[in-house]
Amino acid sequence: MSDNNQGTGWIWKVFWILLIITTVEVVLGIIQPEALEVQVLGTRLLNSIFIILTLVKAFYIVSAFMHLGHERKNLKWMVYLPPLILIPYLVFILLTEGVALAG
Amino acid sequence: MSDTTIEMPQDEKVWGGGSRPLGSPYGKLMMWFFLISDALTFSGFLAAYGMIRFKESLTWPVAEDVFTHFPFLDGNHPLLYVALMTFILIMSSVTMVLAVHAGEHMNKKSVTLWMLLTIVGGLIFVGSQAWEWYHFIIGDKGAIELHDRTIVHVVNADGEAISFSQLVHGMEHGHASNHSDVFSKEEVFNAFKADNTLALQVPGKAGETLSRSEAISELATADVVQGANMQRNEYGHQQFANFFFFITGFHGFHVFSGVVFNFIVFYNIMLGTYERRGHYKMVEKVGLYWHFVDLVWVFVFTFFYLV
Repeated sequence: MSDNNQGTGWIWKVFWILLIITTVEVVLGIIQPEALEVQVLGTRLLNSIFIILTLVKAFYIVSAFMHLGHERKNLKWMVYLPPLILIPYLVFILLTEGVALAG
Repeated sequence: MSDTTIEMPQDEKVWGGGSRPLGSPYGKLMMWFFLISDALTFSGFLAAYGMIRFKESLTWPVAEDVFTHFPFLDGNHPLLYVALMTFILIMSSVTMVLAVHAGEHMNKKSVTLWMLLTIVGGLIFVGSQAWEWYHFIIGDKGAIELHDRTIVHVVNADGEAISFSQLVHGMEHGHASNHSDVFSKEEVFNAFKADNTLALQVPGKAGETLSRSEAISELATADVVQGANMQRNEYGHQQFANFFFFITGFHGFHVFSGVVFNFIVFYNIMLGTYERRGHYKMVEKVGLYWHFVDLVWVFVFTFFYLV
């Protein structure tokens, strides 16, 4: 691009990674492949693929764009740990509750 | 705080001040604390959405049948528009990183340009969301609400949903989407009764269909629904529209606030405030917020449109 400072290459690398993952998600979402409709761990395999791809994207945004990957270890853990513990906990409880309400 | 910290020996004077265990300026740390709490807020919303969706899993609307519009194109285009919105937001995240990068090199001209492009990207995103809301609120095909508040769609012999416009004006003259045409209860019900091939279908994966006689008797106490509001919506369960408005609205408000912050920083860049201050740390701080907005959208995109 016009900004030719050395060291913007990694930014465009991350951009392409995010773009490719999003494209894969959209293509899978449009064609909804029959092979991925099988039930794995209580949901469609396709849904698990979407969620994993989303987490990969989230990791790249936080680690590269928000520069957390280059911060000191203390700061890194301070940011990563509370959400990584609390969010899966909350999601587990509420989804279990949702299934119970449906039944 | 100056950037030239004195390296303390590990075992002494740790409590005497001057050591910076997180190695990060005050403002940036406070932004991180705010973002963690905001991340937990959004998780609360999305988890609540997940709970209701699991509860109503059999009749929950299928996103591909709801968000099907693309500007200037007719027909059915699921996911395309929202993919474009995602691309715009990722792109404006990239221009923001480039602005931060240029700031580190004290390149005022370059920061100004990238910051301006970030603001433009943010405005396009907010505008796209307004367009999405407009079509969601005005409605697509219309639906019938039974006395127990179940939403059902009119389907033809092939099981494809047809619009009120096609139902009332016939398949050749009607439009696949009602746009802003409003249809009365009598028009819709009489057209339904007149054609024996039509049936009523509950939305969702299960797609249960009412028998013809059952459907006619239900019509006596039914009503028509076009579009969406906080009370009811033509797509299905009431909570579907409520969560859509609340979560995408809350995210959209974040984007809007982000554009305002970015604009204030952009204005200060133009005035040369950061040039005089000797660093562009403020660009980095609003940059963190802006990337966070992109991060939240990645999850909203997955849980509202893909899964």
